[in-house]
Amino acid sequence: MRVLLHAVPWLAAIAAYFLMPERLPLLSSIAIAALFTVSLDLIVGYAGVVTLGQAAFFGAGAYTAGLLAQNGWGEPLSGLLAAAAVAAVLGLVTAPLVLRSGALAGLMVTLGLGLMLYEAANKAAAITGGADGLQGVEVWPVLGVFRFDLYGQTAYLYSLAVLFVLFWLAKLIVASPYGLSLRGINGNPRRAPALGVPVKTRLTVAYALAAAYAGVAGALLAQTTAFVSLDALSFQRSADGLLMLVLGGLGSLYGALIGAAAFTLAHHALSEASPIFWQFWLGIALIALALYGRGGLMGLLRKLMPRGAGS
Amino acid sequence: MAAAITVLLDGVASGMLLFVLSVGLSVTLGLMNVVNLAHGAFGMVGGYVCVVLLSRAGVPFLPSLAAATLVAAALGWVLERLLYVRLYGRDHLDQVLFSIGLVFVMGAAADWLMGARQQLIQLPEWLSGRVEFAGIGLGRYRIFLILLCGAVAAGLHFGLVRTRFGARLRAAVDDGVVARGMGLPVGRIFSLTFALGSGLAGLGGALGVEVLGLDPNFPLKYLVYFLVVVAVGGANSVIGPFVAAILLGVLDVAGKYWVPQVGAFVIYTAMVVLLLARPDGLLAKARS
Repeated sequence: MRVLLHAVPWLAAIAAYFLMPERLPLLSSIAIAALFTVSLDLIVGYAGVVTLGQAAFFGAGAYTAGLLAQNGWGEPLSGLLAAAAVAAVLGLVTAPLVLRSGALAGLMVTLGLGLMLYEAANKAAAITGGADGLQGVEVWPVLGVFRFDLYGQTAYLYSLAVLFVLFWLAKLIVASPYGLSLRGINGNPRRAPALGVPVKTRLTVAYALAAAYAGVAGALLAQTTAFVSLDALSFQRSADGLLMLVLGGLGSLYGALIGAAAFTLAHHALSEASPIFWQFWLGIALIALALYGRGGLMGLLRKLMPRGAGS
Repeated sequence: MAAAITVLLDGVASGMLLFVLSVGLSVTLGLMNVVNLAHGAFGMVGGYVCVVLLSRAGVPFLPSLAAATLVAAALGWVLERLLYVRLYGRDHLDQVLFSIGLVFVMGAAADWLMGARQQLIQLPEWLSGRVEFAGIGLGRYRIFLILLCGAVAAGLHFGLVRTRFGARLRAAVDDGVVARGMGLPVGRIFSLTFALGSGLAGLGGALGVEVLGLDPNFPLKYLVYFLVVVAVGGANSVIGPFVAAILLGVLDVAGKYWVPQVGAFVIYTAMVVLLLARPDGLLAKARS
């Protein structure tokens, strides 16, 4: 029974590939948003460090993969690895700054760093293309076989495969002793050091890990759309990611998948009506979630499911 | 030399404006420990009230300013009573989500009612133009800003130090539990303070239409500036945020004047560096 439940999201994702062949770009964007939300769940949901600047790593990954492909190295998998490495290094460098001061000051440092990177990319137009975006990204076929096609078939299956692998890797990490120590730190930040948990080191690693995940998500976006814009670094992206996470529910990783899918579909449906309309309802949803919505959609599912069957 | 002095005075004027816009946040964030990213939205409301009264209803400038202050204060009071009060003591993630949501809702409402374009106002004649003073050119509106905002700052300082309400507020912030035990209506003090801060933001937004511009993106565009003022100024007094705001204003104007290619990068870098150098500017009181 439990094994079947774990397969549900992936079966749904594959069914969507056959049922909605004309909507594949939308499905790819869901997979990428889901990976970005998983990265946020690792740092916010498990490690308990609230960040307003996760888009910095998403954008760093996107520009890394985009610039590599633009400058003649379009091999996708190594592009992902490079993006993960760059984002992880950026995470390692900035983690001490974020974790150094109290929660409130740290929150603002993440916001400031995110804005700094956005502004830097905006001003360095010679490299990043500035407000026009990064043009001329040419990505080679995946594994040398699967060409990125016009309908987005390769793009979707490639994004889904990357999401699948990294999702299960994240599941393994959070179930490991390391992941449990993160939960311990989050649960009681004063007791954890008393038990001999090296809090700073654990959180730094978690921050860099989440950064690497966000970097891969950004690289996927760059490779599947063959374009990088400043949007990848925007505050809006960080805020959207947080909403997806809270909508789905923190600290289960499945919540990240559900939240990203629900958010992206709602965005698609509502902003067709009008962008203002979308922004308004997004705001209402955020307020309602903050006031009443502990647990998100995942919490709702848990209540609906019979005891013991939940993951 | 004359140019340098003009830049300096322009910087002081915009710093004064920033102070009025952000001093309310230094209370909610610094003292009450609520991450209120929606503070700028009250400034935006004040700005729109002023624009509508001035350009559509033909109300003179000064009464429009007063109305902007009152409307923003009333809105702040209502929202505090209905919504913010539920978020005191909740974790930061909830407060962040809530206040971002509020920014989105108010931004969408402003966009729907007033359109996405930049709003312009026609200043009255006695405030437009420049005056020459010993070879130094200075806009009349900048002088007006310095005088008005300076008076507000002095009034706040006096109010906090000398009045009964100021003493109660300081007591409520220093130790809410004991203050409540002594019979002080801490909840009411906070909501009045919140309303005052929102009203001042509304005044700042109305004054800032000419200097900072006004569109539905206003609350997020200047969010970092407000946060810097709070973070650097600390929450112990009115003087801290005041000095921080003036420094920021001068830095910003000078940066835009002399190194425009670097742009807003200067401010963001300053924010991060100052946060790292002085994290206690932000939390000194809330911790004790």
